[in-house]
Amino acid sequence: MWALRNSGCLCAAWSWGRSRLARGTAGGRQTDQNPEWQLEEQKLLPQKKVTMELLDHLERLALVDFRNWEGVERLEKAIQFADQLHEVNTEGIEPMDSVLEDRCLYLREDNITEGNCTKELLQNASQTADEYFESPPDSLQKAAFCKLRCSFFAGENLVTGNIPLPKLEEHESFLQDSN
Amino acid sequence: MHTNYMLFLLFFSVAPWRPVVGLEIHAQINSNSKIFSGSQVQFIAPPNSLVSFFDASLPGTLPVLNRRCVEAAVMTGLALSCSINKKSLFDRKHYFYADLPAGYQITQQRLPIAVNGNLSYTFCVGAKQSQLVTKNVRIKRIQLEQDSGKSLHNDARSQTLIDLNRAEGQLRVDANVSVHHPGEPYGVRTEVKNINSLRFLAKAVDYEIQRQIEELENGGTILNETRTFDYKLGCTIPMRDKEGKQDYRFMPEPNLPPLILYDAKSLPANIGDQQVVNIDWIQERLPDLPSVKRVRLVEQYGILPEHSFTLLNEDGLMEFFEDVVRETQMNPKKVIGWVISELLGHLKQYDLTVKESPVNSLSLADLLNLLERRVISSSAAKQVLKELCKGEGKTPLQMVKEKQLELIQNQSELDQICQAVMERHQEEVMEIKAGNRKVLNKLIGLVQRATERRADPILVKQILEKKLSQ
Repeated sequence: MWALRNSGCLCAAWSWGRSRLARGTAGGRQTDQNPEWQLEEQKLLPQKKVTMELLDHLERLALVDFRNWEGVERLEKAIQFADQLHEVNTEGIEPMDSVLEDRCLYLREDNITEGNCTKELLQNASQTADEYFESPPDSLQKAAFCKLRCSFFAGENLVTGNIPLPKLEEHESFLQDSN
Repeated sequence: MHTNYMLFLLFFSVAPWRPVVGLEIHAQINSNSKIFSGSQVQFIAPPNSLVSFFDASLPGTLPVLNRRCVEAAVMTGLALSCSINKKSLFDRKHYFYADLPAGYQITQQRLPIAVNGNLSYTFCVGAKQSQLVTKNVRIKRIQLEQDSGKSLHNDARSQTLIDLNRAEGQLRVDANVSVHHPGEPYGVRTEVKNINSLRFLAKAVDYEIQRQIEELENGGTILNETRTFDYKLGCTIPMRDKEGKQDYRFMPEPNLPPLILYDAKSLPANIGDQQVVNIDWIQERLPDLPSVKRVRLVEQYGILPEHSFTLLNEDGLMEFFEDVVRETQMNPKKVIGWVISELLGHLKQYDLTVKESPVNSLSLADLLNLLERRVISSSAAKQVLKELCKGEGKTPLQMVKEKQLELIQNQSELDQICQAVMERHQEEVMEIKAGNRKVLNKLIGLVQRATERRADPILVKQILEKKLSQ
């Protein structure tokens, strides 16, 4: 989860990354005193407004909770933070999707080497029935997943617990507040 | 006035509809262990007994790709004339469901292992099922992916039980259907799930095409939704509640580097054999594809093309047929009739596979040899085969002796019987001598009855004709 600090730190982190690329192995220095390229703070992209649909969508997809304006504000700042990536000129550069791309994908021989640990696996589950994991029926699964949701606004510490999905009216009210 | 009215009616004809059908086929790979873990693949096993820590998505576990699964995917791609992607990537497809403990499934969304293939298939049409029609279907992509677990619903107890063994449905299919007018862009598609057989697949697709056409002709719209096939009612019903389109948030699987495949030209020097999957090596070891086998059967044995289809469509039938041909003197063109019409007919009646046949290829060959040597008649042979298929374990010869089906070969014995029949049916003899040859068959029939069908009809005919000409 993102503990969001102010964006000044972002610039430092950015130029540090660039210098490592330029020099290969860096000898322990955290920041480059002479960065080749620097993000201009004034050029920060305007904040994108978060719509109700987007909030709803994100809450269902990622099981996070934006229940008040602080959470929404953090979300908007997070989007702004990520949007800075658009400032980088990537013309003619192949996207890298994994730092492992120059590694060999290890292939395993088709032998049976694991399994047969039903007891061990089931001991972690809160509800089991005859060697099956037990889960609530489909109709109640949404409610069950709410137990896994975590709060997006609690600052340094993550709060997890039974956080039900908000009703539409609740959303409307605090979105209006944040304006 | 009349002419204008006619033209007006013509403009009312509805433009034809063209359906588009895409099938998503899930086929389980025949391997000893799972695609990303070393736990066993087995169809029936106690719940959660074939599950490793990775399969249960316990934190800290990582996927390790099974080489055999890669080879299987390459083989499938080559057999379906696909382009094999020498570099393919793994992704995570995220959604929440009780049988998906990780919250995502590892799949190959961006760049699958094989693309752009095709499959040629032939089927029999026409009144006698003897006309062959060949069609071609495009294979868009072949990708490796994880299977989800199995959930069992016990509605009475409001219980859902999860078994993470996987390896249950060996072949599953979902159908995607849309309709459009030729020349216009494709229509909105729906996905139909819960199809459990080829017959139901045809029904589901037909129903969905009709439903969409009717909906559109009545001015409605088609929703991009998932529907389930109700096999009892023979219709499709919307499945998911209105959540809108599923957003799977595909992202690259960070724990798996790209999968690189090699061929003879690009074999790397520094990587061990075990780590290298060589496409050319696999191509060389592909068994003969069905189309090649069918051509060979027709050329080698002189059988009809539609017979070659039957031989390949039944598991083990081709080998059975070739074994019989090898052991008998009978012409393969005659053997095929015995294998397909007679034997296969009995097997279907008892719902047996070729491997379960109570009559093995040697037995059938023995029987056909008896027929070839004229020890028994054709109808006797059919009778014996029918009895043998009951599985009492007797040999053809034993059965023949038991039922006293041997043809009477003794010339003088036959002569006597024919003479006796002729004497008892003077009227018919007169008719034949007068020129009515058809009555001869009646005499032959009478001889057969007198000998309990143990007279060789060809011999009988010869004897009768000789006597009649005297």
